Amino acid sequence: MSDTAAIRYISHPHPVTGVTNSKLGVWCFLASEVMLFGGLFSAYIMLRTGVPDWPRGHEVLNVPLATLNTMILITSSVTMVMAWASLELKSLSKFRLHMALTVLLGLAFLVVKAFEYGHKFEHHHFPATSNFYATYFTLTGLHGLHVVGGIVVNTYFLLFGIKMWDKDPEQFTGRIEASGLYWHFVDLVWIFLFPVLYLL
Amino acid sequence: MDDGTIDPMTHDYSHELPFWRKYIFSTDHKMIGIQYALTGLIFLLFGFGLMMLMRWQLAYPGQPLPGIGTWFSENVMPGGIMLPEFYNQLGAMHGTIMVFLGVVPLAVGGFGNFVLPLQIGAPDMAFPKLNMVSYWFLLTGGVIMFASFFVPGGAAQSGWTSYAPLSVIASSGQTWWLVGMTFLINSSLLGSVNFIVTTAQLRADGLSFNRLPFFVWAQFVTSFLLLLAFPPLMAAGILQLMDRVAHTSFFMPTGLVVSGQLLEGISGGGNAVLWQHLFWFLAHPEVYVLILPAMGIVAEVIACNTRKPLYGYKALVGSTIFLGFMSFIVWAHHMYLTGMGQNLSAFFQVTTMIISIPSIIILTTLILSLWGGAIRFTVPMLFALAFLPMFGIGGLTGLPLGLNAADIHLHDTYYVIGHFHYVVAPGTIFALFAGIYHWFPKATGRKMNDFLGRLHFWPSFVLMNCIFMPMLIQGLAGVSRRLYDPMQYAHAQPTQPLNVFISISAWCLALAQIPFIINFFWSLFAGKKVDQNPWEATTLEWTAPSPPPHGNFAQVPTVYRGPYEYSTPNAKKDFWPQSMKETN
Repeated sequence: MSDTAAIRYISHPHPVTGVTNSKLGVWCFLASEVMLFGGLFSAYIMLRTGVPDWPRGHEVLNVPLATLNTMILITSSVTMVMAWASLELKSLSKFRLHMALTVLLGLAFLVVKAFEYGHKFEHHHFPATSNFYATYFTLTGLHGLHVVGGIVVNTYFLLFGIKMWDKDPEQFTGRIEASGLYWHFVDLVWIFLFPVLYLL
Repeated sequence: MDDGTIDPMTHDYSHELPFWRKYIFSTDHKMIGIQYALTGLIFLLFGFGLMMLMRWQLAYPGQPLPGIGTWFSENVMPGGIMLPEFYNQLGAMHGTIMVFLGVVPLAVGGFGNFVLPLQIGAPDMAFPKLNMVSYWFLLTGGVIMFASFFVPGGAAQSGWTSYAPLSVIASSGQTWWLVGMTFLINSSLLGSVNFIVTTAQLRADGLSFNRLPFFVWAQFVTSFLLLLAFPPLMAAGILQLMDRVAHTSFFMPTGLVVSGQLLEGISGGGNAVLWQHLFWFLAHPEVYVLILPAMGIVAEVIACNTRKPLYGYKALVGSTIFLGFMSFIVWAHHMYLTGMGQNLSAFFQVTTMIISIPSIIILTTLILSLWGGAIRFTVPMLFALAFLPMFGIGGLTGLPLGLNAADIHLHDTYYVIGHFHYVVAPGTIFALFAGIYHWFPKATGRKMNDFLGRLHFWPSFVLMNCIFMPMLIQGLAGVSRRLYDPMQYAHAQPTQPLNVFISISAWCLALAQIPFIINFFWSLFAGKKVDQNPWEATTLEWTAPSPPPHGNFAQVPTVYRGPYEYSTPNAKKDFWPQSMKETN
C-alpha cells in the first residue's frame, strides 16, 4: 500500500484554509465552548432579571483577590505567547522557562481561588444559599475546571510532548499554538466572569 | 506513533495490528463507523423494545402482560401489571435512547464515519485517535443510560425532555441520565470537530465544495449543528446537576408546592422555563441532526438509482445551509404554552414558517430528481422513495404545531407524537435502512439479499403508517401524549380501539424487522460477492476496493467533475466516475 497517502496538513497549513488540521480543530472546539459559556451567561441574565433583588457582586465577593487573579491569568497568557514565540525562535530552553511559568501561574490562580472558596464556606455561603452564590460557584467552578484542563495539557507538553521537537518541530510548535489558543480562551472567559460576578 | 499521526506508508495496519487494535480500540474510520452503526442498531432495537412494552399498557391498561410480564421485578411490574412509574421510565428512556443512542450514532457516527472520508477521497478522518475516543464516550454514555434502569427508583422518568422542576425532584435515575448525557454530548462534540476538519482539510485534489456529494454537505452542516447546539444542553445539564446534587435553585421557583406541600430546603428564585429554553436550543437543531444525514443518504440513493443528476444541486445545498442556520432560531416554538409572551411567540412562529421553505425546497428537488429518470427499483431505492412521502407527511403535519393558535389545541397531544415520528421513523429510519442496503456491499464486499429486503420493506412501510396515522387522529381528539391509563379520561375513551390497533401494528412491525436481521447476518457470510462498484455509481467511495483497506485508496484519487454525472449525453456508459480522467 505504498501509494496511499498519509493524512495531510498535520504540520503544514492547507493552502486554501491557511490552517493546519489541529488549529482548525481547536477553533471549532472553542466555538462550542463559546456556546457553552454563552448558555450559562444567558442563564445568569434570565435568573438575575427574574428576581426583584440580587446582591451586588462587590458588596459580597472579594474584589481585591479577584483582581489579583485577573492579573495572574493575564500574565500567564503573556508567558504562553512567549513560550510559543520561543519555539518560533528555535530556543527550547526559553520555551521550557515560559511554559513552566504558565503552568505555575495557572496553579497560582487555583490557589487564590481555593482561598476565596474557603473563605465563603467559613461564612456558610454555599451554592444552595442563594441563586447568586449558585451562579458564582457554578460559573467559577466550571472555569476552574477549564484552568485545570489547561494546566494538565501544558504540563504534558512541558514534560513529555516536548520529545516531538526533535522529530517534527513544526508540528510541535503548532501544538503549542493550539494549546495557547485554548489558554487565551480560558483567560478571556475570566475577563467576562470578573466584571459580571464581582463588579456588577 | 507517539506523535498521534497515522502514516500508512510505513504501517500496513491490516496485517500488523492485533485483534483488539483492529476491531475494538480501532482508529480506522471504517471500523469506528461500523462500531457506531452496530451500537446504534442495537440501541434502536432496545428502544423499540421499551416502546413495545408501553404499547401493552396503552392497549390493555391495567391488565397483566402475559408471559413477558413475569420477567420483570415486583418493583416495576407486580403480577405483570405495569406501574405508572415504570411506564414513565420507559417513555423517557425510549425517547432518549432512540434520539441520542440510536439514530444519531447510526446516521452521523455510522454513516458519517464510514462514508464521508471515502467520498472525499481521504485516507482517514483528520483525528483518528479522537475519533476512537468519541466512540468510547458514546458507548460509556449508553452503558450508563442502560444501567440506570437498575438503580433504586429506576431510570429517568421525566420524559426525554427532562423538564424541571419535576426532573429536579425525581429519583436518582435522573442523575444517571445527566451523567450519561454528559458523555453523549462530549462524544458528539469530538465527532463534529473531526467531521468539520476532515471535510474542510482532507478533500481530494479537484474536489471543490461545488463538487461535493450532497451526503457530505449534509454531514458537514449537521456537524455545525452538533458543535454549536449541544453545548447549551451541556450548560443546562450542569445547572440541573447542581440543582439535584448541590441543592441550588436554578430551575426551582420560590414557593414550589409538591404533592400539596411547600418544598423546603431550597433557596428558590429559579426559573423552570429557563430549562426549556436551554433544552430546546439544543433539541430543535437536534431534529435537523436527525433528518439532514437521512436526506443526504436519500439523495445519494436517488441519484444512483434514477441514473440522472440530482435536480437543483445548488438549491439543495443552499437550502441545507440556510436550514442549518435557521434551526438555531426556532426553538421556542416548542414553548408556546409556557406563557413566555405574545411577542416571543409571534417571533418564533414567523421563523418556524420560514424554516419550512428550505425543507420544502429539499423535498421538491428530491422528488423532481425522479422526473424522467430510468428508475431501478432496488431495495435501497424503495426505502429512499418511501422516505419522500413519509417525510412529507411529517413536515406538513408540523405546520399546525408551528402556528401559535393551532398549537393551543395540539400541544402535548398524540398529534405531536404522530408528527415527529413520521419525520423520524418512516422518514429518517427508512433512509438509514436505504443507506445500509446501499453501502453494505462497500463495507463487506457482499450484497444483501433482494427478496428478504423486499420482505422487510413492504410490511414495514404499511405498518409504520398503521402506527402513526391513528396517532394524528387521537391527537386531534385531544388525547395527551404522556397518559399512563387512557381509560381514565372520558375524551380519550372513544379512541381506545385505535390504541389496540396501533399496539398490534407495532408488534407486527417488530416481526417485520426479522427479515432484515436474518438478511444482515446471512449476507455477511453468504451474500452475493460483488466488485467494487455494484451499483455503477459515480462518487469516490465506489472507486475504492470493497471492503476498503487501511488508507482506503490504492492510489490517491483526483477529482475531475461533479458528483452525479449519470447518463451524460454521448458518453459510452451511463455513469462517469468523479475520478475518471479520460473523456468518456
